[in-house]
Amino acid sequence: MAAKSQLDGGTAQALLETMWTIRLFEERVTELCGTNEIPGLTHVGIGQEAVAAGTCSVLRRDDYVYGSHRCHAPAIAKGADLGRLMAELAGRSGGYCAGKGGSMHIVAAEVGFLSGTGVVGGTLPLAVGSALVCRDHGRGQVVMVFFGDGAAQAGLFHESLNLASLWELPVIFVCENNGYAEFTPLSAHTKVERLASHATTYAIPCRTVDGNDVGAVRQAAAEAVETARGGGGPGFLECLTYRLRGHYVGDPAKYRELSEVGEWKKKDPLQRFLEVVARHALLTAEEVEAVERQARERVEAAAQTALASPPPTIDQTESHVYA
Amino acid sequence: MPEAAQRELTFLAAITAALKEEMARDAAVMVLGEDVAVGGPFGATRGLAEEFGTARVVNTPISEGAVMGVAVGAAVLGRRPVVEIMFIDFITLAMDQLVNQAAKLHYMSGGQLRVPLVVRTQCGATGSYAAQHSQCLEAWFLHVPGVKVVMPATPADARGLLKAAIRDDNPVLFIEQRGLYWSKGAVEEGEAGIVPLGRAAIRRGGEDVTVVALASMVSEALSAAGQLAEEGISAEVIDPRSLHPLDLETIAESVKKTHRLLIVHEAVAQGGVGAEVAMQAQLAAFNYLDAPVRRLGAPFTPVPYSPVLERGYVPNAAAIVATVQQLMRE
Repeated sequence: MAAKSQLDGGTAQALLETMWTIRLFEERVTELCGTNEIPGLTHVGIGQEAVAAGTCSVLRRDDYVYGSHRCHAPAIAKGADLGRLMAELAGRSGGYCAGKGGSMHIVAAEVGFLSGTGVVGGTLPLAVGSALVCRDHGRGQVVMVFFGDGAAQAGLFHESLNLASLWELPVIFVCENNGYAEFTPLSAHTKVERLASHATTYAIPCRTVDGNDVGAVRQAAAEAVETARGGGGPGFLECLTYRLRGHYVGDPAKYRELSEVGEWKKKDPLQRFLEVVARHALLTAEEVEAVERQARERVEAAAQTALASPPPTIDQTESHVYA
Repeated sequence: MPEAAQRELTFLAAITAALKEEMARDAAVMVLGEDVAVGGPFGATRGLAEEFGTARVVNTPISEGAVMGVAVGAAVLGRRPVVEIMFIDFITLAMDQLVNQAAKLHYMSGGQLRVPLVVRTQCGATGSYAAQHSQCLEAWFLHVPGVKVVMPATPADARGLLKAAIRDDNPVLFIEQRGLYWSKGAVEEGEAGIVPLGRAAIRRGGEDVTVVALASMVSEALSAAGQLAEEGISAEVIDPRSLHPLDLETIAESVKKTHRLLIVHEAVAQGGVGAEVAMQAQLAAFNYLDAPVRRLGAPFTPVPYSPVLERGYVPNAAAIVATVQQLMRE
């Protein structure tokens, strides 16, 4: 509780804005998938908003972030423009990637969101490489990389942790442990119960936190980021969370018990934070209501921007193959 | 010809010279790989760490996949990494990062990111290194949009193409054939001798048949051309130097003159570069061809270990002579 009560009104408002924006954005994305305005494979992280919101809240604009295949949340939390993001998901020319990347391959370079990835674990070494450059810049910049529990069983995960540790790089590994690698529970993929223990193997300071407690996530991230900025090397956060929806939009998720989903709904990070905000009187009821309303308006405006953007012309297929 | 700005170097020393020159010229250039700070297994990076420091000449653990990704992550922030994959056989371990990240980030980001990356690696069956240290895998990468592929045959081109590759804003796979490492040749200095990617070299002019030969096959083809000349067959030998972009124009012009085409590489013939060159050449010059396009490569087997088997595995001048003789009868 200490972490929560340390929040001031301004910070609480910012965190709430980010979480509402991510939630409403992904709900709108889900609708647009249903009407085929958004094609392809789309992974939403409804229920996991506290991880991106809490961690990215301690980043500077000149820090860098890499995401996983479930990368809308960290892109939004890093400050990506919602209209360009939504347009990219819809495959429109006005999207960040001109309609060539899509949901899993978001790049918003202007705000330091360097890339999601369609390959599990694929951005881990990229983050280490960017951290190498940040270290040499000497301006205290850090790199944060998000990945799921499924990535912890991949070879690149272990190679990347080892390199970050060996070279003492300013990179923070954020494991969004939502308990499922695609359709399979983590327990069927590894006997390692705490994925943070892998960080211990590579001599990286680690914390396992309640990933649905945005205050706790922010506090843990702040410590790791401070260490990395000061030249103290990498950090590792394992955030225990749960995706309330399927692996991808349209996945009926029949591999989970409804009772399990019900238990986690009670731990919805947005509802929990609203309770914290009310209990500690961090914001007034009017302020809370305004945050939600404004987030809703921004998301709707983004959807309209996206749908008004024309699709790319066919001649664009062959542009940007080579620089 | 003025000789002042030339020196005689081995292929390996030409590689080292190119790295040194580009690192001195541009602080963004860095080298990463296993043992690179101590020169690497063949000495290609010898002296670089002493001159430029270990922040720019980075020794890595045996983690090819992550190291390739590290180079990509550094490249998107403006570095120009040169990653050394000690043997091209080990590039399999880095394929995800090279094919899914390096090759596609510029495209998938709609041009927001650039990946100015060079992957130096060596290949070829020589010295009985056996099937996991001898392959020629260049054809795999011709199938990956976003990557350029370069295979020099001479010390001058090793230097000139490597300098061009380092200055290129795209991922470039730079393949060095191990058997060429100790061959010697005249190499220029300074800004002279930079070889733009995508320009073939005519190594010997001829009238009767065009032989496109890759890397170590260039010298075999030249030797074959000498023998064929004694029989009155005039062979033109073309070294494409870069496989993507490919200088189709030079090859097609030659075929329009000679009306016959043979492509020779050490790699397994099936699915090799020869198939792609043949396809492109016949489209560009079908009406000029007097005979089917032929290719010569290794048999469809892993590279054998025994020196006797290895020698028989690699195409040589005699095989080129025999194939051209057959081609001339068609």
